[in-house]
Amino acid sequence: MRTEDLVRLLATSAEPVPRHAVERRYALALGSGLAVSALLMLDLLGLRPDLDQAVHLPMFWVRLGFVAGLIWASLLATLRLSRPGSRLDRVPTALAAPVLAIWAIAGLALAEAAPGARAELIFGATWRSCPWLIAMLSVPLFAAVVWALRGLAPTRLPLAGAAAGLLSGSFGALVYCLHCPELDAPFVGTWYLLGILIPALTGSLVGPRLLRW
Amino acid sequence: MDDRGQFDPYEERLRKSLLRGLDGDDSAYHAFLKDLSGHLRAYFRKRLTRLPEEVEDLVQEALLAIHNQRHTYDASLPLTAWVHAIAKYKLVDLLRRRAGKEALQDPLEDASQVLAASDSEATEARFDLNKLLIRLPDRQRLPILYTKLQGLSVAETSEATGMSKSAVKVGVHRGLKALAALIRKTT
Repeated sequence: MRTEDLVRLLATSAEPVPRHAVERRYALALGSGLAVSALLMLDLLGLRPDLDQAVHLPMFWVRLGFVAGLIWASLLATLRLSRPGSRLDRVPTALAAPVLAIWAIAGLALAEAAPGARAELIFGATWRSCPWLIAMLSVPLFAAVVWALRGLAPTRLPLAGAAAGLLSGSFGALVYCLHCPELDAPFVGTWYLLGILIPALTGSLVGPRLLRW
Repeated sequence: MDDRGQFDPYEERLRKSLLRGLDGDDSAYHAFLKDLSGHLRAYFRKRLTRLPEEVEDLVQEALLAIHNQRHTYDASLPLTAWVHAIAKYKLVDLLRRRAGKEALQDPLEDASQVLAASDSEATEARFDLNKLLIRLPDRQRLPILYTKLQGLSVAETSEATGMSKSAVKVGVHRGLKALAALIRKTT
């Protein structure tokens, strides 16, 4: 087939492209991924029993703010990396901001605490399971985001895979917030972050293979 | 507009044809793809001086990719950056497939060059899309055959094939994606 013929073929009855096709695809993917992840959490882990009291604690909202900040920044990163030629610009700064903020709060909490109580602030009671549970809850989200990306056009595959991992890890952490009993900033800034970085690292490794087009 | 945001009336015209094409204007979209194929040919020819026989294949592969991923164009961004990123991705992908990175003579980084020259002298592509088309399943091949090659409407195709209208649209969409995947496998 000559190129002219291909051009004619492609331009004949080409369907109009719906507005915001990229955003809609992510809304669909994240909505369903989030639903599966929440069901997984409810089924395997359960809500924390004192959730109705915990929501009155400021640290509950600080932790949520940290996670929400990462969700926002990684969503931006993923959206940009889905579109050829769009730049990351300040997205790395947006990603670093919630991390630096939680570390600053953690630093203050550690400085104020008695030396003997510091380990407790960092390790809490659940540090062993926390990162793995966040990574586990991010699996359905990761699958959904990869599905979305495969219908788009990432050109920097390791980065796009990492962004997909960060996004699903952050949403996984959001779901985990409803179960997790730990609220101390040093704990959140360490183990939550680690839990989010597990899918991010995985994503950057499998991205080139999964996302080629 | 080039990377630095300078206004370029030519790019603006091309961008307008694409935007009208995205809204379903076939003749504007045809003009866009036609102009674009010239630019892609010049861009690839310049960068594949040691692999001239690959140029037309890559033009067709890039056109198909641009068509299949046209929903990823963000109207607020320069067209050049979008086209260049796709062209470069396809070029690098080809070179990686051939493991022939030494054939790369020009730096790939300059986005402003992708629309800088045009070359209308097409040679034959080595793969034949018609032959690849035959390998698609009926539910993808027939919709492409009727709507795109014979110019029937979706409703007419639906009648001729007994498929629902949405199945016809999905068939075209998936068929073109499958075609792009077949090209990658055969080249």
